[in-house]
Amino acid sequence: MRFVAGSGKIGDRIFSNLAVGAAITILALLGGVAAFLLIQAMPAVSASPSELPGGKSLIDYIAPLAFGTVLAATIAVVLAVPLAVAVALFISHIAPRKLLLPLGYMVDLLAAVPSIVYGLWGIFVLGPAAVGPMEWLEQKLGFIPFFEGPASVTGRTMLVAGLVLTVMILPIVSAVAREVFSQTPRKLQEGALALGATRWEMIRMTVLPFGKSSIISGAMLGLGRALGETMAVTIILSVSGIVTFNLISQANPSTIAANIALDFPESTGLAINTLIASGLVLFAITLVTNLAARAIVARQNIQ
Amino acid sequence: MSTLDGGVLPDWSSYGVVAASGVLAAALLLAAGIFSVALLLVLTVFVTAVVTYTWSRRIEGPRRAKDRLVTLMIVAAFGLALIPLLSLVFEVAKRGIPGLSLEFLTESARGHIGGGGAAHALVGTLVITGAAALISIPVGLMAAIYLTEYGGGRLGRALTFFVDVMTGIPSIVAGLFAYALFALIFGPGIRLGVMGSVALSVLMIPIVIRTSEEVLKIVPNHLREASYALGTPKWRTIVKVVLPTAFAGLITGMMIAVARIIGETAPLLVTTGVVDSINSNPFSGRMQNLAVYAYSEYRTPGVFKQASYDRAWAAALTLIVIVMVLNLVARLIYRRYRTEIR
Repeated sequence: MRFVAGSGKIGDRIFSNLAVGAAITILALLGGVAAFLLIQAMPAVSASPSELPGGKSLIDYIAPLAFGTVLAATIAVVLAVPLAVAVALFISHIAPRKLLLPLGYMVDLLAAVPSIVYGLWGIFVLGPAAVGPMEWLEQKLGFIPFFEGPASVTGRTMLVAGLVLTVMILPIVSAVAREVFSQTPRKLQEGALALGATRWEMIRMTVLPFGKSSIISGAMLGLGRALGETMAVTIILSVSGIVTFNLISQANPSTIAANIALDFPESTGLAINTLIASGLVLFAITLVTNLAARAIVARQNIQ
Repeated sequence: MSTLDGGVLPDWSSYGVVAASGVLAAALLLAAGIFSVALLLVLTVFVTAVVTYTWSRRIEGPRRAKDRLVTLMIVAAFGLALIPLLSLVFEVAKRGIPGLSLEFLTESARGHIGGGGAAHALVGTLVITGAAALISIPVGLMAAIYLTEYGGGRLGRALTFFVDVMTGIPSIVAGLFAYALFALIFGPGIRLGVMGSVALSVLMIPIVIRTSEEVLKIVPNHLREASYALGTPKWRTIVKVVLPTAFAGLITGMMIAVARIIGETAPLLVTTGVVDSINSNPFSGRMQNLAVYAYSEYRTPGVFKQASYDRAWAAALTLIVIVMVLNLVARLIYRRYRTEIR
């Protein structure tokens, strides 16, 4: 027991109650998010298909959107992870020391650029620039279903949306990887070098195995970001509500988040409940992704 | 020959090969008549890789050659990752500056047919973000204090876990939550500035907790123990010893949290709505903000399309400048005022 002055006792109690109160508030807030979304989604779940937007059942309404969401995010992760590992290795093991501070600041800044700015950049700069390469893809690689075409002439395609998402998640994925790469035990690295390994052999034999789980969890975190990202996709994709793996054509599936942002401001009644139900599905998808990422990190920490 | 006395490429080899490859690639492309900067870069990297690998393999042996090749590829990948960043900053500056004017920053869009400024959006951004900070910072800071100072068992573990969960909430879902909450109380179709603040708080609170927790954790225990030894109650120890020690880090973390949410669009699109005139009361009516303003100028351009796009870019530039300044000031504060902990 500590000896506490009389006046401190009341103060202590108030202060610790405040702290506990804040903790409980946050748990209640999160419970509230789930509860209120559920309450507002229920009417759409129980409504008959003919009352819902498009006259389809709720599952038929959400499924193409969920497909588009996962497709766009998958493109982003597949492209971003190798690049992010290279960037992380560059910063942790190859860049000259005096470059580290400006590089760190730059990555921070990239992570802080608002998504609306990425969206505008995607539609006005990257989209038009991608038209030529996409036509090339159609001509040379058109036999692959992804590049079947006909190539869009506006650049408003799934591929461009995926590329913008790639740029957006690159900082977070590389930050997670770099963090762990630079914690690789010095004695392992120096041991490898002392045995005559080249720098790449040292990286391959010590840094990459050590950072393997961080690459996976970084990828999952990036996936979570890409799944929930709204504005960039809303601005870039021209939506036609179909399900296709064709990445370069004008006709694209939309994503859950983009669909909400597009339709919500003009919706009323049951349409709103339907959108909220789709938001709940998005919440569930990102939740599972993030929990998987944490589980991987936690398992690694135990070892 | 990769023996100990085997050969090594000269010091100038890396830059030399890049320069020579660049010239060679340019000559090839010009000869083929398909010159472009993008192709030049790709071909230069390719030629450099081939030349470096073959040369190094002959002089230094396969292992060193592979090392050089991989290093080159990593540097090239880093360069590739840099291109979008540079392009983004350059384009936003180039396209944003024409739309920036005194009028843009001081006038609202009310009464201007397809024109006017973004003052209403600036005011809205400040009010909505300010209110979000007013909600998030006390709650987040107290929760972080709970985690580090009281650290209590099951509640603490649950909090840590659910803060992780909260970090992953998509921003649009946070917006839907705020809408669902207020729609239950005030009926459907409601749009208020404070709804946006509530939505942003859901995104901001976990950031505040994470950053504050990090900073509070590194306050050394002997400071707390010294304070207890003098008979100071725990709460005064926290207020007078722990918080001041961590002050610079806490301020920095909060500014970074604000910078993170000030550019949010999606949650505000579904909660605060779109409006033309200045509204500084978060509890009454729709409220514009910079990010949503940029989006709606792009989505529904006025009669003069280019003028609307200029305003969208000007708003984007303003946002980036705000975010950069917040980040810079946060770093400066940290460097200037951080407590040296020994």
